[in-house]
Amino acid sequence: MEEIYSGLLRALELIAAVDPQVVEITLRSIFISLSSAFLAGIICIPLGGIIEFRQFWGKRALINLIQTFYSLPTVTVGLLVFLLISRSGPLGGLNLLFSPSGMIFGQAILVSPIMIGLTITALAGVSPQIRDTAKSLGATEMQIIITVIKEARVAVMAAVLLGFGRALSEVGVAMMIGGNIRGYTRVLTTSIALETSMGNLELSMALGIILISISLAINLLLNRFQGR
Amino acid sequence: MALLEVRSLSKSIGPAKILEGIDLTVERGEILGLIGPTGSGKTTLLRLINLLDEPSTGCILFDGRMVFGKPEKELLCARRKMAMVFQKPVMFKASVETNVSYGLRMRGRVDATGGEMSMSDMVEEALAAVGLSGYESRDANTLSGGETQRIALARALILQPELLLLDEPTANLDPGSAASIDNLLQRLAGSRTAVILATHNMQQCRKLAGRVAVLQAGRLMAVGKSEEITLPW
Repeated sequence: MEEIYSGLLRALELIAAVDPQVVEITLRSIFISLSSAFLAGIICIPLGGIIEFRQFWGKRALINLIQTFYSLPTVTVGLLVFLLISRSGPLGGLNLLFSPSGMIFGQAILVSPIMIGLTITALAGVSPQIRDTAKSLGATEMQIIITVIKEARVAVMAAVLLGFGRALSEVGVAMMIGGNIRGYTRVLTTSIALETSMGNLELSMALGIILISISLAINLLLNRFQGR
Repeated sequence: MALLEVRSLSKSIGPAKILEGIDLTVERGEILGLIGPTGSGKTTLLRLINLLDEPSTGCILFDGRMVFGKPEKELLCARRKMAMVFQKPVMFKASVETNVSYGLRMRGRVDATGGEMSMSDMVEEALAAVGLSGYESRDANTLSGGETQRIALARALILQPELLLLDEPTANLDPGSAASIDNLLQRLAGSRTAVILATHNMQQCRKLAGRVAVLQAGRLMAVGKSEEITLPW
């Protein structure tokens, strides 16, 4: 207990002192996770719209599959992305392995099912009358999708924030694709794993507190968006 | 040539026949009353005419052209010559101005070009026509039922449609709001816009419509001048 208490105090000191290493890791974490959420968002939100609005064979099964992938183990995604971007993989020529870009790509894949699924749920919640109104006022199919996404913007934004939260807190993709290279691909979660294994509990705790604080901030933002 | 020609139009949902063998024409500039009790198929007919749903059988000619079974681009082109005001209109989560100008923006109208009126001037004019001048910046979702109905009408009128479809526009309104909408429709009579006014109020039909079509249980029972029609119920 004593060790935890003193570790916690030291961790708070590190945060209060604005330790450069802690700041650098935190900023990189936020940058990579935000980028992956943004990348996933620009692909998954329109894709969710198309799945919701189009009628096609196997739609229900596809939505079930997407929802199943919500809890996809991060190491499985890490392995899949590793196979894709490793030197002998189909995207090997892009040199994404062990780079922040590779981590962004991997995390974007990881959060895609959540974003697509929650976008579908959000759009399904918009009154069908909105679609009819837009259609009767002369909107094209794409304009109708954009209108409905705008109507569901709070819930769609929540999907993006949840995606960001999942990207920020995952460790599998970050470790397997980023490689935890100091000053280059080291992020909060991989640092916590490394520092704990090395016995640097104070630094681990400091990073853990920051991670929880960011998660709390995301939650507060979500609640604000949802008007709670 | 009639603006709208409906031929042998039927609509079924599962085993239920909602509309059966409807034949109807609407001339340019006329106001046609579509009268029938609740559940007679008025809304379904308006939705079919507005190309929101597809009929089970039959066809619609708009401006002399067959519209169903055509590519979406042609349907859109026909739909953009019409506007519909629903019985319980919904507003987009935006200001009144954004709502009223929605159809113009969807048509790619950015703002005034050459000698055209600016979009904000058009919104102002449409709002004035429905008696809601100065409402531009109001949140459209905080309006009363009567105001919402009038904004929906302004949203349709701004498009200067060739055919305006009104689904019981005064059904849920207080007498004052209903009278102001009736006055507006009276002003529309004789303009280039044809109107189909679905209602269950014969008095309103006699006041506004030149002709009346009587719909009952999905069938067209009679079409004629409003003063000549007697209701079967």
